[in-house]
Parts: sequence; C-alpha cells; structure tokens
Amino acid sequence: MIELEGLTKRYGEKVAVNNLTFAVRPGIVTGFLGPNGAGKSTTMRMMLGLDRPTAGDVRIDGQHYDRLKDPLKYIGALLDAKAMHGGRSAFNHLLCLAQSNGIPSSRVHEVLETVGLTSVARKKAKGFSLGMGQRLGIAGALLGDPRILMFDEPVNGLDPEGIHWIRNLMKSLAAQGRTVFVSSHLMSEMALTADHLVVIGQGRLLADTSMADFIAQNSRSYVRIRTPQRERLLDVLHGAGITVVEAGGEVLEVDGSKSERIGELAAQHQIVLHELSPQRASLEEAFMRLTAESVEYHAHSDAPLEQEQREPWGDGWRKD
Amino acid sequence: MAATQVIRSEWTKIRSVASTVWTLSLAVVVTIALGMLISALSKSEFDDMSRGDQLSFDPTFISFAGMSLGQLAMIVFGVLVVGNEYSTGMIRTSLAAVPQRGTFLFSKIAVATGLALVVAMATSFVAFFLGQAMLGEHKASIGDSGVLRAVIGGGLYMTLIAVFSMGVAVMLRSPMLSLGILMPFFFLISQILGNVGATKTFGQYLPDQAGSRIMQVVTPLDDDTPYGPWGGLAIMAAWVVAALAGGYVLLKKRDA
Repeated sequence: MIELEGLTKRYGEKVAVNNLTFAVRPGIVTGFLGPNGAGKSTTMRMMLGLDRPTAGDVRIDGQHYDRLKDPLKYIGALLDAKAMHGGRSAFNHLLCLAQSNGIPSSRVHEVLETVGLTSVARKKAKGFSLGMGQRLGIAGALLGDPRILMFDEPVNGLDPEGIHWIRNLMKSLAAQGRTVFVSSHLMSEMALTADHLVVIGQGRLLADTSMADFIAQNSRSYVRIRTPQRERLLDVLHGAGITVVEAGGEVLEVDGSKSERIGELAAQHQIVLHELSPQRASLEEAFMRLTAESVEYHAHSDAPLEQEQREPWGDGWRKD
Repeated sequence: MAATQVIRSEWTKIRSVASTVWTLSLAVVVTIALGMLISALSKSEFDDMSRGDQLSFDPTFISFAGMSLGQLAMIVFGVLVVGNEYSTGMIRTSLAAVPQRGTFLFSKIAVATGLALVVAMATSFVAFFLGQAMLGEHKASIGDSGVLRAVIGGGLYMTLIAVFSMGVAVMLRSPMLSLGILMPFFFLISQILGNVGATKTFGQYLPDQAGSRIMQVVTPLDDDTPYGPWGGLAIMAAWVVAALAGGYVLLKKRDA
C-alpha cells in the first residue's frame, strides 16, 4: 500500500507535482499514466525518498520511506535502467544492493535466474542492451522479495518478447497479492496490464478509476459521416431528433450506433453520402482528450493526432 | 539500517570496479618511482650543492618527492569513488537501498579511506626505503629522530588528500568538474600560493601545504612556518572535515 497525501513538488516557480492524493492498493496492477513531463517520475522519486516533497506526504505501508529498515524488503523499484555503474558486473551490482539490505547472496542468483541474466552475470553492465539493462533493473527491484513493486516506464526499449515478459511478470506479481505500480505514457500498454488507473497531467490528478470504468466511460462508439450536402443532412438529422457533432471539414459525427437509421434518412431525402462508417473511439484517444489541456509540449500540427485516432487501440505500443 | 551492512556493500562496490585498481596502482608506482629517481639525482648532485643546501638536506623528504605527482592519482581515486555514483546515476539506486544518507555517505567514505590508508601507508614506507637506498651515504635511517613520524605522516598525508577529494566530489557531484578543480589546484596553484612571498601567509594554510610539513625531518634554514609537523597535519585534517561536512549537508538537503 502506497498512500499519497497532497503531494506537491515545486521547482522555483514551476509546479511539477501538484497536490496529488491517491492510494495504490495491493493485489492489482495500478497504472500511472500521463503524457511526457506530467510529473510521473518526480512523483515516483518522492515515493522513494529521493526527492523531497515541497508539501504533502507519501507513506509506504504507513511509514515514511527513510524510516524503513532494509527498504528493499518493502518496496522494489525500477526507476531508470541506466542507474547503475557500467563497469560493475551484473552480479556485483546486485550483490552490493543485497548486502546493504542484509539480503543473502543466494537471492542474487535467484533473481538473475528470474530475469534470465544468469549467463551474463559476470559481464559488465555497460555492454548490456537496453532490454538487458531493464531486466537487470527489474532484478534489483525483485531482490528483497518486496510486497510493493514500482516500475517507471518498464517497457521502454524492450522488444515484443520482452514486453510480453514484463506484462506477465507484473500480472503474476499482483496475483501474488503484491502492490504493483507501473508508469507509462501509453494508454494502449496500460489497457493490457493495469486493473486500476491513475492519470495525471501537468502534475495534477486527472483520474483515479478502475480500468473497467475507464473503458466503459471512454470507449464511445459513434458514426462518422462525410457528405457534400452538409447543411441539408444536418437539418434532416435535427428533424429526426439525432444529435450531431460537427467534426470539421465535411465530417459529421453521431454518437451511438445509428448508421442504419442515418443511411435510411439520407436515402429518403436523396442526400449524397461519401462516407457512413461506424467507429469506436480508442482508449488512446480518450486518454489524449483527458490530458489534452495538460500536455506540456504540443506538436504544432494537428494532423498526427488525426492519424492516431484511426488506429485500433492496443496497437500503439508496437510503434514505440 | 545496520552500518555494517552498508559497509560490506560499499566494499563490494569499491572492489568491483576497475578504476579502484588503476588509480591506486598509479599512485603507488608514480610515488615510488619518481621518489627513487629524484633521490638518485640528488645523490649525484649533492657535491655541487651550496653549503646551505647541504646543511638543510632532508633525505627523508627527498624520498617523498614522488608524492607531488602520486597525490594526483590519489585525488582521482577519491573523486571517482564518490563521483561515479553521480555520473552513472547509481546514486539513485544506492539511496533507494540506503535512504539514511548519513549512513550511506560515511560508510562509503570509511571504506574508501580505509583502503586508501593501507595503500598510502605501504607506499610511504616503500618510497622511503627505496629512496634511501638510492641516496647512498646521504641516507637517513628509520630510527633517526623524526624520521618514523615523517614516514607515517607521508601515508596519512596521501590518505587525507584522497578523503578531501571525496568531500569535494560529494559537493560538486561531477567527477570531471571535481578533477578539473582539484588537479590544477594541488599540482600548481597551491604550490604557487604557498611559496610566493605575497600569498605565503595565506597559502601556507592550504591543505597540502600545511599537511606536507609532517614529511619534513630537517627544517629549512629560513623557516618561519607558524605550525609544526602535527600542527600542519591538523590544519589539513580540518580542511578534510570541512569538505566532508559540506558534502554531508548538501547530500542531506539535495534531491538525488
């Protein structure tokens, strides 16, 4: 259990994390979602006592992080896969962490086995690929067999096989009753792993909801219509009591799945349609809508956004 | 958090990186080899020296001549032991494992200091005996008055230089910046400040100027240094304590 209470971090004038209050519960995977620069990593660093909050409080199982005796036995974290000395072997890297928390060295061999790095245990970490570095970081997080695990963008730089492995690992850790807290800027990734969602944007809490509720609320279906006789169709649809959203250009959108009815109405009134297609909004789109106002670094063109909207959700991670 | 756990961990860290071996080996080799060379040169030139120089000839101090260069390797050792945590990002992993920052810092310093002390003390004794062997009939004996103090002092001096560098590296966090300041400072600037008339009153209180006094057995003829060998070492130790205190305060306060 991780509890945040009004957690705030200010760097001079800039507010990185703004009055966050939420709890991360055991037994499920909690996704921590936000665009780049939303304050996810800063929040995680404060959870680990690395950065000092300007205001507010974080507690791990009711205690402050720096009050924990042998903290690796309570909470294991992967913050940055490169947060290690490249000249040290994988084994020695884990050994020094284990020794600092009174963890026996036999456990080092176990976690190396778990993440599949046993064969390169004596190799220097600087020769590792990004994926191997992530695995070593995860081995470090698992070292103390902690009840709470925290992963900051764990799938970054992993190949599909590695991503699959990480997803299963997180799910099985949660199934063992552990608290799993994982950050990502990809909604599609979260949709596949998380049971619960905490969404932030510009440091503020935007949503704290179960994944099922989020999907129910946000994956709306609608009908997309293109017509050269826009005004006439609008009149006809209004007349039939159908609410229309004008989506720019000659595109109209109608909520729900009413494509048959719209097609019949258009035929009746002899309106030409260039497109009449049922659509399902992706969670990625819902996430983007949710965080739209709070994205710090906007791309200047809207065109790429249009592109993304047409993709079925779940495909996003393949590109990253 | 038991400090013994953290000390074991820091020992694993220090013995598992290559920089520890090469910096300390370089310190040993340079200090001893250069000391022998300068001792041999001094022996061959002794007869050409002025009467005054012959009277104030200090065979013990001559055999430590290599430390002016060897200390630079000790500085690199001290800087890298601490600075590598920052330059690699390991510091965040380390502090997540040991959130008690004081325990973390002083365990690290204790392990590195212990190792530096063993190496420096051995180097000092070997540099002395090999240097004396080069000096032939002008040599000092370990049993002579003040000589043993100077030889032990030489080991302490090199250790303190390394610890001072650790403190500076904690404050500056960047190995390159730390080395960029410490190397020219101890190799050139402090030598100039400590020996040029105008700045000497202040310069002689700099850590290396004050600390190296303990390696002198014969005081120069026109010597007016206001402190003795142990007084000088105490001044150096005060600098070290100040550097460590500064590092500790900043480490406590700063975000990692």
